[in-house]
Amino acid sequence: MDEVVAVRRVVKRFGAFTALAGVSMTIGQKQFFTLLGPSGCGKTTLLRCIAGFEDLSEGTILLEGRDIAGLAPNLRPVNTVFQHYALFPHMTVARNVAFGLKMQGMAPGPRLKRAGEMLELVHLSAFADRLPSQLSGGQQQRVALARALAPSPRVLLLDEPLSALDLKLRQAMRVELKQLQEETGITFVFVTHDQEEALTMSDRIAVMSAGEVRQIGSPREIYEAPVNRFVAGFIGETNLLPVRVASFAGGMARVVLPGGHQLTCPAAQTAPTGTPHVSIRPERMTVVPPGSGDLDASVERLIYLGTDLQVLARLADGTALHLRMQNSARATPPGAGSTIGIAIEEGAARLLAD
Amino acid sequence: MAGCPDIRRYPGFAAMAALCLTILYVPLAVVIAYSFNASTSLTNWGGVSLRWYADLFTGVEAPRFRAAAWNSITIATLAATASTIIAAAAAVAMVRGGRFRGKGATFALINLPLMVPEIVTAVATLIFFSTIGLMTGYLTILIAHITFCIPFAYLPIAARLEGIEETFEQAARDLYATRAQAFRLILLPLMTPGIISGFLLAFIISLDDFIITNFVKGAGMETLPTAIFGSVKQGIKPNILALSTVMLTVSILFVTLSYFVNRLGQRSRA
Repeated sequence: MDEVVAVRRVVKRFGAFTALAGVSMTIGQKQFFTLLGPSGCGKTTLLRCIAGFEDLSEGTILLEGRDIAGLAPNLRPVNTVFQHYALFPHMTVARNVAFGLKMQGMAPGPRLKRAGEMLELVHLSAFADRLPSQLSGGQQQRVALARALAPSPRVLLLDEPLSALDLKLRQAMRVELKQLQEETGITFVFVTHDQEEALTMSDRIAVMSAGEVRQIGSPREIYEAPVNRFVAGFIGETNLLPVRVASFAGGMARVVLPGGHQLTCPAAQTAPTGTPHVSIRPERMTVVPPGSGDLDASVERLIYLGTDLQVLARLADGTALHLRMQNSARATPPGAGSTIGIAIEEGAARLLAD
Repeated sequence: MAGCPDIRRYPGFAAMAALCLTILYVPLAVVIAYSFNASTSLTNWGGVSLRWYADLFTGVEAPRFRAAAWNSITIATLAATASTIIAAAAAVAMVRGGRFRGKGATFALINLPLMVPEIVTAVATLIFFSTIGLMTGYLTILIAHITFCIPFAYLPIAARLEGIEETFEQAARDLYATRAQAFRLILLPLMTPGIISGFLLAFIISLDDFIITNFVKGAGMETLPTAIFGSVKQGIKPNILALSTVMLTVSILFVTLSYFVNRLGQRSRA
């Protein structure tokens, strides 16, 4: 797969504050690539660096092999969907969508035709002559998409475009965005702090925190094989259990769980630093009779979640953990205060790098 | 709302309000009313008439007023235009220029004319013109008006500009517009209500000015306010009331227009 964008050791400082502390990644052709992280992690700054709104302090960004440092935003074949859309309030929807084409020097006839096609693509043909202020939030969102896609950019940058929409609309737009990306074959770079959004739409995800990339991988890799505590904790729910490492070799480790039981589990490529932890997702553990599982714990509380029951338990050494069991007639939930055994699914525990 | 006392129940509110309104507006009301007086007297009512308005155009003083009105209107138009252009440029630099050294000082400099006593500006301007040897007259009035109109034009433009998110220009740049195109096609149209509002305000300020104009106008040169003052020195005649009423109407018209243009702009942005 050809790479479209290559980010190499990019550093961005604002005065004394370092927003990006040496970030590298490659983004492939026709990928839906997501930059995921909490607010302030540098994901939007990186997007603005690619768009050309920020200069780099160090490092390079290559667009199709060409260094774009110093290139003004209007000279980059990259378009952006802004968080609050930034539709031009004094222009009709059609003129908004045609703006980029006009700036590229396309004649009025062809550019209005193309704008019409783009509006059709986002199902807004009937609104071509309205002003942006006459549209709902979801409609404005789709106009912003059509406007950014109209000039057929090499890369489309999306800066938390769904965050201003209500939940129902957000979920519908996820599907629509993904479809649009597949139909147009344009590389999308999508910024979000919403892990669910990232997991449902992305081909690849770069998880960022404090100006650094913490892990890059497919949604499945990120969720099932997190390499460090930050990624394990940020994506979905997890249990972090302190362990002792008995042996470590070739991506597998032998660890000693609290309570003395030993477990062989997949591990990150680098040996853990500090106190070693394993991450275990709550749905990958089952309740078994005491003594017959990997861990013994006492049940503190049961929480009813409809489809699931959440069991909050505590190990003998005081470590809290939670697990999920399906709410079915076959499984009898343990009573609060009772002692249970916990079996960890094969391969479900992962030794983290830090 | 409960717990939030009605302002009308404050002790003395009615009396204070009545006093203020009386002092502010009764004299104005008297001027307007007596401008329609048929009698030559300023104190005796002789029935409704437009004779003093007609007198403005046909009376003894008509040529003087006509020349003064021409000067006032052309100076106000030119001064408002020039100061609005300068103020718009200053506003873009201040609001969009990012952080730079001396920004606070620059802001103070732009708005200083609002705080300096006008008489001081008038004296200083006159000294300046006589030092550089510029003959007082139309040109000196125009230059002085352009100068003191800048802050009045600046304030509505800067306020408007501050309300325009920078992402609009970024979006334009992102969509292949050059800096100049982003300014001309996006920022300028969005700024326009502020620019019109600033222009109208500057126009009225220029039209109304007396102190500075009186200092720098030189002999034989009159604007409406100095012409009115000149006439009044020989005793107030009802034609002055008519002229004052005309100027008041123009002022109110322009300020109202300025207000509505600003509001219209805000609505279209929402």
